[in-house]
Amino acid sequence: MNEIEKNRSVPDSFPNARPRLSEIFFAFLVVGATSFGGGTVAYQKILIVDHKQWLSADEFMVLLGIGQTLPGLNAVNIAVLFGDRVRRTRGAIAAAIGLLLPGCTLVLLAGMFYLKQGDKHFANLLLAGVAAAATGLLSAITYRLGKNQFKNIKSVSVVVASFFLMSILHLALPIVLLIMSPIAIFMYRPAR
Amino acid sequence: MILVIFHLALTFAVISLLAVGGGTAVLTEMQAVLLDQFNISPETFLQAYSLGQLAPGPNMTMVVVLGMQIAGGIGALVVGISFFLPSSVLCVWTGRCWNRIGETPWRRAAQDALEPISIGFMCSGVYAVAKSAIGGPISASLALAACLIVISSRVNPVYVVLGLGGLGVALHQVYPALL
Repeated sequence: MNEIEKNRSVPDSFPNARPRLSEIFFAFLVVGATSFGGGTVAYQKILIVDHKQWLSADEFMVLLGIGQTLPGLNAVNIAVLFGDRVRRTRGAIAAAIGLLLPGCTLVLLAGMFYLKQGDKHFANLLLAGVAAAATGLLSAITYRLGKNQFKNIKSVSVVVASFFLMSILHLALPIVLLIMSPIAIFMYRPAR
Repeated sequence: MILVIFHLALTFAVISLLAVGGGTAVLTEMQAVLLDQFNISPETFLQAYSLGQLAPGPNMTMVVVLGMQIAGGIGALVVGISFFLPSSVLCVWTGRCWNRIGETPWRRAAQDALEPISIGFMCSGVYAVAKSAIGGPISASLALAACLIVISSRVNPVYVVLGLGGLGVALHQVYPALL
């Protein structure tokens, strides 16, 4: 019994579960360079679970649960949690840098090109159109993630109150968190 | 200059630790703080945000563009580190403790409570971006079209955003006043 417990807590509970640092880095580099249009988490799942079989789907969902609850981008949190799990701190660093390097580099190059450009008319126009479309995309993502939250009075009231304090009363985010978390945790307190 | 860099690092480190529910949740806060303390206009913020939509990987890598705007190459580096490092350290540390905490009812309650709050913050993010991005019937219909396409199909969003962005440029040529 003790032996089974021990085996379970060891990271390599799955067949291919001990990738080298360089493997981690390059795998996440590919995700970081190819996951256009957001949805990076889905690409990570395909990589880690389906393609490389470094984790089972259930193990991945646990990482996603932690990553979503804590502050930070979900994709970055998953990368560091996975890296840390298989290769401790160095694995976390390799995964995060691999994931962020392509996007950061490209966005900086585009930004530099954009800032240096004399006549910004066309770029401005395109970015204005992109911004409008991105607004729609963002609301679609919010709708998708929040679908279940919009279904009952309890969660809708928390959603609306957080929005109201933030966007209408213009309170700073830490203050809204300080007000809303105790109220919401009380509302969702464990049933006795 | 050193002071600006330090201020920048501190600002983004705080935002990093506040980003419950991901990057969208802190868009409003980031826009307000950057305008107030670093003189970044909502237009510039929106342009950086749009660039981020077109780049691969997490869209919030666009924070490095804001860092570059404020303090050049060093600014980009400092913002990149201070936006991604604090939340990652917290995440790794919590991940290591996770097994010890286990599935307690109060952890469940905290998780359930944070979810609608972060959706509320995401709505604020949409509102903040919409306020600067939507100025007329063309941009409003582009946004509506993007929203409907993304909800109802499985097309990669980057094509939707680029395609509609291009359509926006074309429509602007025909009806310059309506964007």
